[in-house]
Amino acid sequence: MLPPFDMPPLWQGVLLPGVLLLSLLGLAPVTALAAPMGEDEARTLLFRTSFAANETQVQEYARLDRQHAVDRLLAGSQQAAASSPPELSGVDRRLIPGGMRQLSEDEKKALLQQSREQGIALRAWWIGEMLTTPSPFTDKMTLFWHNHFTSGIQKVKSPQLMYRQNVLLRRYALGNFGEMLHAVAHDPAMILYLDNVSNRKGKPNENFAREVMELFTLGEGHYGEQDIRDAARAFTGWGIDRENGGFRLYRVVHDDGLKTVLGKSGNLDGDDVLDILLSRPETAEFIVQKLWREFVSPEPDEREVHRLAQVFRSEHYELRPLMRALLTSDAFYAPQNRATLTKSPVDLIVGTLRQFNLAPAENRTLAFASQQMGQDVFNPPNVKGWPGGEVWINSATLLLRKQALERLLRSIHSDDRMSDPGMRMQQASVQGMSENRLDPQRWMEQFSRDVSQRNLQAAHLLLAATPITQIPADAPPAALLRSLLLDPVYQLK
Amino acid sequence: MQRREFLKLLGGTAFLPLVPGVSWAALPATDWQRLLILIELKGGNDGLNTVIPYSDPAYARLRPRLVIPRDQVLALTENTGLHPALTPLLPLWRNGELALLQGLGYPEPNLSHFRSIEIWDTASDSQEYLEAGWLARAFHNAPPPASFAADAVVVGDPGLGPFSGSGVRAIALTDSERFLRQAGSITPPEIRTDNPALQHILKVENDIAQAASHLALGDMPAADFPRGQFGDGLKTVARIIGGGSGAAAFKVSLSGFDTHSNQPGTHARLLGELAQGLAALRATLNDTGRWRDTLVMTYAEFGRRAQENASQGTDHGTANTHFVLGGRVKGGLFGKPPQLDRLENGNLVYGVDFRSLYATVLQDWWGLDAANALGRRFERIPGLLA
Repeated sequence: MLPPFDMPPLWQGVLLPGVLLLSLLGLAPVTALAAPMGEDEARTLLFRTSFAANETQVQEYARLDRQHAVDRLLAGSQQAAASSPPELSGVDRRLIPGGMRQLSEDEKKALLQQSREQGIALRAWWIGEMLTTPSPFTDKMTLFWHNHFTSGIQKVKSPQLMYRQNVLLRRYALGNFGEMLHAVAHDPAMILYLDNVSNRKGKPNENFAREVMELFTLGEGHYGEQDIRDAARAFTGWGIDRENGGFRLYRVVHDDGLKTVLGKSGNLDGDDVLDILLSRPETAEFIVQKLWREFVSPEPDEREVHRLAQVFRSEHYELRPLMRALLTSDAFYAPQNRATLTKSPVDLIVGTLRQFNLAPAENRTLAFASQQMGQDVFNPPNVKGWPGGEVWINSATLLLRKQALERLLRSIHSDDRMSDPGMRMQQASVQGMSENRLDPQRWMEQFSRDVSQRNLQAAHLLLAATPITQIPADAPPAALLRSLLLDPVYQLK
Repeated sequence: MQRREFLKLLGGTAFLPLVPGVSWAALPATDWQRLLILIELKGGNDGLNTVIPYSDPAYARLRPRLVIPRDQVLALTENTGLHPALTPLLPLWRNGELALLQGLGYPEPNLSHFRSIEIWDTASDSQEYLEAGWLARAFHNAPPPASFAADAVVVGDPGLGPFSGSGVRAIALTDSERFLRQAGSITPPEIRTDNPALQHILKVENDIAQAASHLALGDMPAADFPRGQFGDGLKTVARIIGGGSGAAAFKVSLSGFDTHSNQPGTHARLLGELAQGLAALRATLNDTGRWRDTLVMTYAEFGRRAQENASQGTDHGTANTHFVLGGRVKGGLFGKPPQLDRLENGNLVYGVDFRSLYATVLQDWWGLDAANALGRRFERIPGLLA
């Protein structure tokens, strides 16, 4: 049969002790890392991995060296959500053949309505989890994998199955990529999303086979159409148990014939194909590039990507060592890479509310605001996911972003407005982000007592680069926060 | 700390002042007085019940419950007629200003709303992923005049669609007056940065500010636009055109065409809204003398399945009929009529690549290099524009 999926080349095993030896002797790379990382690096680490951070957290991390800082971050990361999910019905009747047929029009309508409601509740739940989780890095990673192993509720239809996929992605978010890939291929939401339910012997559907190579592992250009055709046959019969919504192999429609994928032949099944994909060096490079664009900068550094991909492979696709290597790398902290990433709508909304310790008026309002700004969680636009980066920002979304921040700022001095029910409704609509008010005076108490020193610290905390708007050194708290939040740099991380 | 020092720290040295007053106002070869208005029929309009092959017995056979009875069809030719809700379009048809393009589609059709509209927006092949919209690419190659408020204005649904991409000044707004109010708070700083992400945000801020400062609104049109977001959107387009502030293209959406169940009522209402809106737009632009400079075209992600489903609706399909209208359009039937006896997986087979329509618009309407914007040459539709 096939060899284990990621046998590292022999020489890596030789190199590793060499590095250890260097570190024992206290030589170069390790001594460089032992220095405290300082505020700038602490800020970069926390804002890019945890949505936001307050001054105390930044100061705590600033005293650690990179290695210990990242260890601390990883040590705190959970594999499950802290909050319990909303009430979700079992498997959607629409997924059962003929399941809708016995229903009356009214019953069908009620069912669709319920499913829509639960879909909204599910989105609100995740936003709420991101706002309150003690392990925001897990959510950042889960969102990353949601945008990698995309599935969308619009097609999958069942909020229950989308929730189960979220649980899966969360469990593996910082676990083993190979295991995650196998689990995702067996995941019912994915099987529905990429049409593997209709992938049968003699009538293959190539959707999953194509995307698993193009978008999940190798990247375009590293496989041929013949590989896709045969891989599709290997996944025939991977379907869903209509009773409990779990994975089920339908042997009668599984193709047992000889297949050849990327030069490996045999009576391959889906798991064999995934192992073949994991055995290719392109897979590690592809994943590292994507992580680079999420965490480091829009332009991956080829040599660094190569180095990190080697780490990833030699660590058997374990994500913790990879993320440790990425988050301790010089590139991650390089000044020229600061403020080069655009905040996603979720980054902006969740980050801002976490930053100011604001409880949301309604999580579903936030989910809706995020959707309006272009990121409908649980429902990426297509299998490629959200393109991200600069694409987040256009005239409509930028005005929505600024408007949301304006509303938040306006709530500072709006007692009379808030008592007007019409205004309250409006506040609670698209952009009404929070129920408790932003109190600039109190928020500024975390900084120095000296006004200009304090203002400088606040600017430093909230912005990843120097602001563009000029701000008087003695600006009072409300005016200062207004300037900083509406500065174009606030849209960056 | 001194205030000056603080500013220095905050202001940084990475941002240098822009060189003021530089502009490249070269005279465009294109007649940018010519306007394009895109109407997206979101959800996938049922073309077969819009422009109806009423004489084909297969039509009634495939649609026992959805068939528009022969005596209600607005017959245009011996074989083809309009849904009765489209009555407001009849004067345009008689005037020879309405073209019906049948059988628009592409090879290997994708039946996902999202993927298929992306294919239409980016003018890609079925298996090809392109980042920028087809008009973004065209405008990137040949920008409309810098004096325009924007290259393109999207009214209503904020998706930039065909205008999505870096080479285009595209503004999305719902209510033009509210846009002007909100945009007032944006004062793009005159600075330069070598951070691309920041550059992009500053460019968008500039687009907003430019649009806000140049955008003039004409009088409220007297014509009877339909109530609702679509009618309001068209009215806004008419006001922006009337204000003379300049934009080369507009996009307005009409949503709700994903009629999987109980189609007849919904579809009639939507088509009525469409027809009334287009008629009102034409009346308004006629009055202001701009109709001859206007080209309107509808598009959607796909048409619908030929055979009706069990819920008195239709499922996602492929090839579709679309409307092209304007003061210089040569009215009539174009493309390939639906062949109901030659379905593929129950779906119509396309007869004209949708990019042929795009090529016609780019080349014959604006005189732009269509092959350059679309990536390769597509045959244009002969005789569509007078």
